[in-house]
Amino acid sequence: MSSRTRSEHKLAWMLCAPAVLAMLAVTAYPIGYAVVLSLQQIDLRFPDEGGFVGLDNYSAVLTSQLWWEDIFNTVFLMVTSVAIELVLGMAIALVMHRAIFGRGVVRTSVLIPYGIITVVAAFAWQFAFAPDTGFVNHLPLIADDMDWFGGRFSSFAVIIMAEVWKTTPFMALLLLAGLVTIDGGLYEAAKVDGASAWQRFTRITLPLMKPAILVALLFRTLDAFRVFDTIFIMTRGAQDTESVSILGFNQLISRLNLGLGSAVSVLIFLCVFLIAFLFVRGFGTKLDEGRPGG
Amino acid sequence: MGRGSRDYAYWSIAIAVVLIFALIPVVWLISVSLKPPEAVTDGRFIPSEVSFDNYKSLFEGGIDDSPFIKPLINSIVIALTTTVIAIVLASFAAYAIARLEFPGKRLILAGALAIAMFPPISTVGPLFDMWRALGLYDTYPGLIIPYLTFSLPLAIYVLVAFFREIPWDLEQAAQVDGATPFQAFTKVIVPLAAPGVFTAAILVFIFAWNDFLFAISLTSSDASRTVPAASPQPRWW
Repeated sequence: MSSRTRSEHKLAWMLCAPAVLAMLAVTAYPIGYAVVLSLQQIDLRFPDEGGFVGLDNYSAVLTSQLWWEDIFNTVFLMVTSVAIELVLGMAIALVMHRAIFGRGVVRTSVLIPYGIITVVAAFAWQFAFAPDTGFVNHLPLIADDMDWFGGRFSSFAVIIMAEVWKTTPFMALLLLAGLVTIDGGLYEAAKVDGASAWQRFTRITLPLMKPAILVALLFRTLDAFRVFDTIFIMTRGAQDTESVSILGFNQLISRLNLGLGSAVSVLIFLCVFLIAFLFVRGFGTKLDEGRPGG
Repeated sequence: MGRGSRDYAYWSIAIAVVLIFALIPVVWLISVSLKPPEAVTDGRFIPSEVSFDNYKSLFEGGIDDSPFIKPLINSIVIALTTTVIAIVLASFAAYAIARLEFPGKRLILAGALAIAMFPPISTVGPLFDMWRALGLYDTYPGLIIPYLTFSLPLAIYVLVAFFREIPWDLEQAAQVDGATPFQAFTKVIVPLAAPGVFTAAILVFIFAWNDFLFAISLTSSDASRTVPAASPQPRWW
């Protein structure tokens, strides 16, 4: 190795070191610490009791009905909202890319939901659906006294709507990035060959956008699994709408049970790891194509 | 109707639908904020009378008694500090990744991707405990540090993508034409890199501005509580 390449390596590492340290400081060390905490009985309300309890916290979590109910809620919200976002996001990306006029207006206004604080958006939707303050119940076809937050699946419907509104722009922008890389000549050629608009979409756009779609799905799926803000504001888990992140928060911060809460944290981390693993395993090579670093 | 004007009509409808989708909740929020208290439950989408009392009460009492001013200052200072530090660190790293060959480059990119997917709730418990021991609980740095961690991956990815597209040879060309290295950097490279840096900065700022989980977990008072965490209490409280 020449001294020039060696000094280049050194420079590169010096440039990267601060960012790497900052990223590890609040992830690698805390998750290790969470594992340590999860093996102990630590409840800040009873500081004198405690000690090493092995896997007791994990068995307590995994045998509780609440954990499995929350897993169901989280996965249900994740799958439903990401599916809706993919369809809407694709439609919006196509409008942003192909509209014969007004692209600037669309691009700017689509960014508005992205810029609105999630908590604020959750309040806006909650006010809109609440029977007393809302306008939704005054719309035609909807019962005037519909109590949206009184039932489990009607609460889910409002939560999903708020999540979809807030995060579809992100999905649309990721899809747009994939859309602009497609060679326009392909569409012209297909048109000449008599392909309909729908055929052009399914035979050209979708296959060529596979990497972009998978990247967008992976990001949004993992993000949706962490859903916290919207549920916290709208129901705080009432009517069995609790997500796993809310469960972790309740144990850690509200009940100050660091041992049990950390076990929940570690399990959530493992779930995210599993989802990412399944994505990469299922679509590994294609994900790599869509990565800027690839 | 000709084919051109039919296309025009279809796109008008598509654009209108997207605009309604994006803007309705925002218009609704503004509308509620302008309703006087007694009219909040009238269920009208457009207020029948407009009042700015809600805004006045947010700022009443100056910095000490207003429920809004201190959290607003906290939010602005914390989000701006995070943005500046994140952009400096991410620019260093992205420059190295985009321009230099070195072992561990893929590892850094893969690690950044992994952190972008990391569930924040998994670090809240340990951080809560660590910050209380270190005296960082309910302070600005106590929020800035986790925000840096979780916004750096996105900033690095955006900057690497932009830096790869910059024609770096222009820097040498400018020096051949008599520019000093400093001039070549500030007059040629900086203007080319500015849009990417600006994009990354907006994304980092929105991330820090938007966060709720760390803000309610790692603060306890107006000393460092940000706007999302200090918003009016939800109904179930």
